[in-house]
Amino acid sequence: MVKNKIIIREEFCMGCRLCEIYCITQHSKTKDIIRTYKGKEQKPLSAIYVEESGHISFAIQCRHCEDAPCLEACLTGAMYRDEKTQAVLCNKEKCVGCWMCVMVCPFGVIKIDPENKRIASKCDLCTGSNFPACVENCPNEAIILVDENGEKIEK
Amino acid sequence: MKSRYVIVGNSVAGINCIEGIREFDREGTIIVFSDEEILNYSRPLISYYLAGRLNEDALSFRDKRFYERNNINLFTGTSVRKIDIRTKIVYTDKGKYEFDYLFIGTGGKPIMPTISGIDKIKEGIFTFTKLSDAKKIKSFIEKEKIQEAVILGGGLIGLKCAEALLERKISIKIIELADRILPNTFDHLASEIIENKLKEKGCEVIKKNTIEKVHARNSKLKEVILSDGRKIKTQILIVGIGVLPELKIVENTEILRNRGIIVNEHMQTNIPFIYAGGDVAEADEFISEKKVVIPIWPVAARMGKIAGANMAGENKKYDGMFAMNSVEFLGIPTISFGMTNPPDSENYQIIKKVDVEKSIYKKIVIRDNTIIGAIYLGNIERAGIITGLIKNRIDISSIKHLLSSDNFGLLVLPEAYRKHMVKGEGIEV
Amino acid sequence: MAKVKKISEFLVRRDEEKCIRCQVCCRMCSNDVHTYVEENDSILSDNLKCVGCHFCEEMCPTAAITITKNPSEIRENANWRKEYIYDIEKQAETGGVILTGMGCDKGYKNYFDHIILNASQVTNPSIDPLREPMEIKTFIGKKPDKIEFEIEGNNMLIKTEIPPQLELDIPVMFSAMSFGSISFNAMKSLAIAAKKFGTFWNTGEGGLPEQLYPYADRCIVQVASGRFGVNISYLEKAAAIEIKIGQGAKPGIGGHLPGEKVVEEISRTRMIPEGTDAISPAPHHDIYSIEDLKQLIHAIKEATSYKKPVGVKIAAVNNVAPIASGIVRAGADYIVIDGIRGGTGAAPKVIRDNVGIPIELAIAVVDQRLREEGIRNQVSIITAGGFRKSSDVLKAIALGADAVYIGTAALVSLGCHLCQKCYTGKCNWGIATQDPYLTKRLNPEIGAQRAYNLLRAWSLEIKEMLGGMGINAIESLRGNREQLRGIGLNEIELKILGIKHAGESW
Repeated sequence: MVKNKIIIREEFCMGCRLCEIYCITQHSKTKDIIRTYKGKEQKPLSAIYVEESGHISFAIQCRHCEDAPCLEACLTGAMYRDEKTQAVLCNKEKCVGCWMCVMVCPFGVIKIDPENKRIASKCDLCTGSNFPACVENCPNEAIILVDENGEKIEK
Repeated sequence: MKSRYVIVGNSVAGINCIEGIREFDREGTIIVFSDEEILNYSRPLISYYLAGRLNEDALSFRDKRFYERNNINLFTGTSVRKIDIRTKIVYTDKGKYEFDYLFIGTGGKPIMPTISGIDKIKEGIFTFTKLSDAKKIKSFIEKEKIQEAVILGGGLIGLKCAEALLERKISIKIIELADRILPNTFDHLASEIIENKLKEKGCEVIKKNTIEKVHARNSKLKEVILSDGRKIKTQILIVGIGVLPELKIVENTEILRNRGIIVNEHMQTNIPFIYAGGDVAEADEFISEKKVVIPIWPVAARMGKIAGANMAGENKKYDGMFAMNSVEFLGIPTISFGMTNPPDSENYQIIKKVDVEKSIYKKIVIRDNTIIGAIYLGNIERAGIITGLIKNRIDISSIKHLLSSDNFGLLVLPEAYRKHMVKGEGIEV
Repeated sequence: MAKVKKISEFLVRRDEEKCIRCQVCCRMCSNDVHTYVEENDSILSDNLKCVGCHFCEEMCPTAAITITKNPSEIRENANWRKEYIYDIEKQAETGGVILTGMGCDKGYKNYFDHIILNASQVTNPSIDPLREPMEIKTFIGKKPDKIEFEIEGNNMLIKTEIPPQLELDIPVMFSAMSFGSISFNAMKSLAIAAKKFGTFWNTGEGGLPEQLYPYADRCIVQVASGRFGVNISYLEKAAAIEIKIGQGAKPGIGGHLPGEKVVEEISRTRMIPEGTDAISPAPHHDIYSIEDLKQLIHAIKEATSYKKPVGVKIAAVNNVAPIASGIVRAGADYIVIDGIRGGTGAAPKVIRDNVGIPIELAIAVVDQRLREEGIRNQVSIITAGGFRKSSDVLKAIALGADAVYIGTAALVSLGCHLCQKCYTGKCNWGIATQDPYLTKRLNPEIGAQRAYNLLRAWSLEIKEMLGGMGINAIESLRGNREQLRGIGLNEIELKILGIKHAGESW
């Protein structure tokens, strides 16, 4: 049973892409938005994809599926499920860049790092902090966090 | 009464079978037999081992804790000699074991062609399926200071081996029977792009040819002779023309088999308490709706998982997978799905986008307004979306013209499917 | 020689230390003020296009943007403000009527800012609203002249039939804002908040969208001169019906929704063809005298079986008192008086700023006149026109109002920053627009919560102020001018308002 899930409500997405910005900031070294963007360190890729066409837009990230095909497809066991949060995480040390997960993810939300032959970025539900950064900073509640009963969890 | 599960085979199908069982039955005993000496390793990674990119410890895809946590009794280096269906006992070289449910995940064995003179050779000819193969090749190369090699087979096995050896600065000649490399995975154009890359790296590709004879000196391989008479001097020949299901274990039993062990939609053989999955099994294929062997890791995993769940009392259905491959050749990532090279008929429609210079190729094969095959070469971003479209048989007639675009994403998909995906509840694939 | 306006009203200031080039401002501004220039990784801001709505400033993740007034000065001139010069420039260029949105922004004296409230001390104890019951419930509708009752044993039976009433849990309702002038999401936010809190909202003259039928039981529908969306279902679903004669922002003239804004949903709700201009004529073309109004009021009451209050909305103009008196005698159950500071989606600026009188004065004279004529009980009076805070509400009630409509304040709670550009249809906050790209930004869940919070906050403040006055029921404050004192008002102003000056006592 996945404990907390991120639900997408495309009817409220403004296409502002603040979710991408805060995802990057959250996964950066300093976790400070100005230092991340203006600093010299390479900033991480965002794990959330914003798709936009006309007035329709939404942001989508790893769904941490209960029956995650990427877990089955991973050749090295780099993909694993976190016991506490039930999130699907990737141990980049173990990843060899076979891209099986990219092949089987029907949402297409795994980004690759072709140079270093490993996964570049995949949502980790911000394990390690209280609240996923994207949900926390969406100005219009287009993405929300719900618990196992589907009840919205307030920021 | 606790169920007794016996699993033959410790690779992806067997491991997922364990996970399938343990999700629903934490009490039953599980015994796993593996005829290899190692705790656990991922077979596709042997080319990384051969190339020197990973050492042996890094090849595992589950660690010791996995077996402890799941209460597994693992017997490595143990062969299962016989299955007695009537008494529900397996006979191994370490003793006999009773079972309530049996899972056969013995995988594949390499196909050995008939080559004249091969029985006279004790050193120099290798296959490339197991870790032991890779180890033998590695020590042979190091001992003999090999600088050139010949590989028979221009399919996935042959090419992955070639790539590993190229990384060790060994020059390669590949001999392929068909008129192009990767004949079962790609179409002509994709094969050509990869072939050009191979040639760039110093690999000679000889097509429409095969090896008829081999010559030895002092029982060591000296040279190979092709069908057209051409002779190639070489100390090492690696045969990688394909795998066949390893069926030894079911010989002399009533278990039905064709090319592989035949299983139904619950992964059961014709014997209800005996299941099979992975490269050894022959199961429903999604696109042709026939039973075939699909020796691909995620397919094997899915079969094992479903078999395990059903052995533990569940009633899960396997609704068929299709051939899919993710494999990188010399820095070009490729992903292919289903029927990549359809027959030339108006029933099939093809959408293509090519940039040969940048080695980027995208091809979508459509039949009855649904996608039944695809090739992504060079740029594999979001390729997985195709999996969902194939699996759910989504009618893509309204967006055909968008399929090849670079920023193809969920947003352009037919509204009902897109809303279903974006609802964010995870998948039902 | 053609002149092109080059002096902008606002300046966009960008703090380069903080700007991370995330381009949220570029993406989000509906007026295309900000543009990202890839070649030199910079953002150019076109000051001329900025309307001062502050959306980019509030969205910026690093607070790098400040919108300021353009400090470019003309020579000091008490008579010629910059605005008047720009207006002439615009008219010289276009030859057209200058439009604007929201309410009058000129500095006519706001009498609420010159009236203070009483508090109880010593002779009359104040009341703690947290400990004792405080009734702010209000009933809108005709009250009978007298009550006949009979006593049977321990029971008192009221024999007089009470005309239909609206029951409000707070003497504040959401004012009329049509679907077309505001977005569906804005309307939905107010509808949800009104229903949840226990007050009412108003459809304005644009009809009742089908998706809001679940909230129709708390809805007052308008029958305006264009008669948009008026069918029997409209009248039957509503809680009350309001005949709109005039509006405080533009007394005496009609309304105009341009054809571009009449999209499919608007067309269906208003019952007019898509793409046609929606024109509300100045008068109702079937109301040319008070007798005509009386007929319409009765026709509507007849059509709704006398089950719902029927009111009339007028703008506060010079002779508002006798007009109100006439409306009472025409049979209305309530009157809405909309003062000069009332808001609008679009009106000619010259009308908005120069026609009408402040609501504070209007309510005082209407209440006074109706009491003098002995007909005050025959209507409830609802006041509207720029109420900014709960103290404004209480002062209006003390001057004689039964309840207050808030329009501008409600929109501000949803995010409006009063840039006055509603008529362009490019409201960045998703309020005064029909562009689906923009209306998405107003999430009705969030909007409804904010509007509800506003009502809640004001209800608590009202209870505090009432308690401070030693009053525990809003009914006791109604028309109770003794609770008010003027400050800095002259004799005639005090006389019109009917209040003493601060310092005077009994």
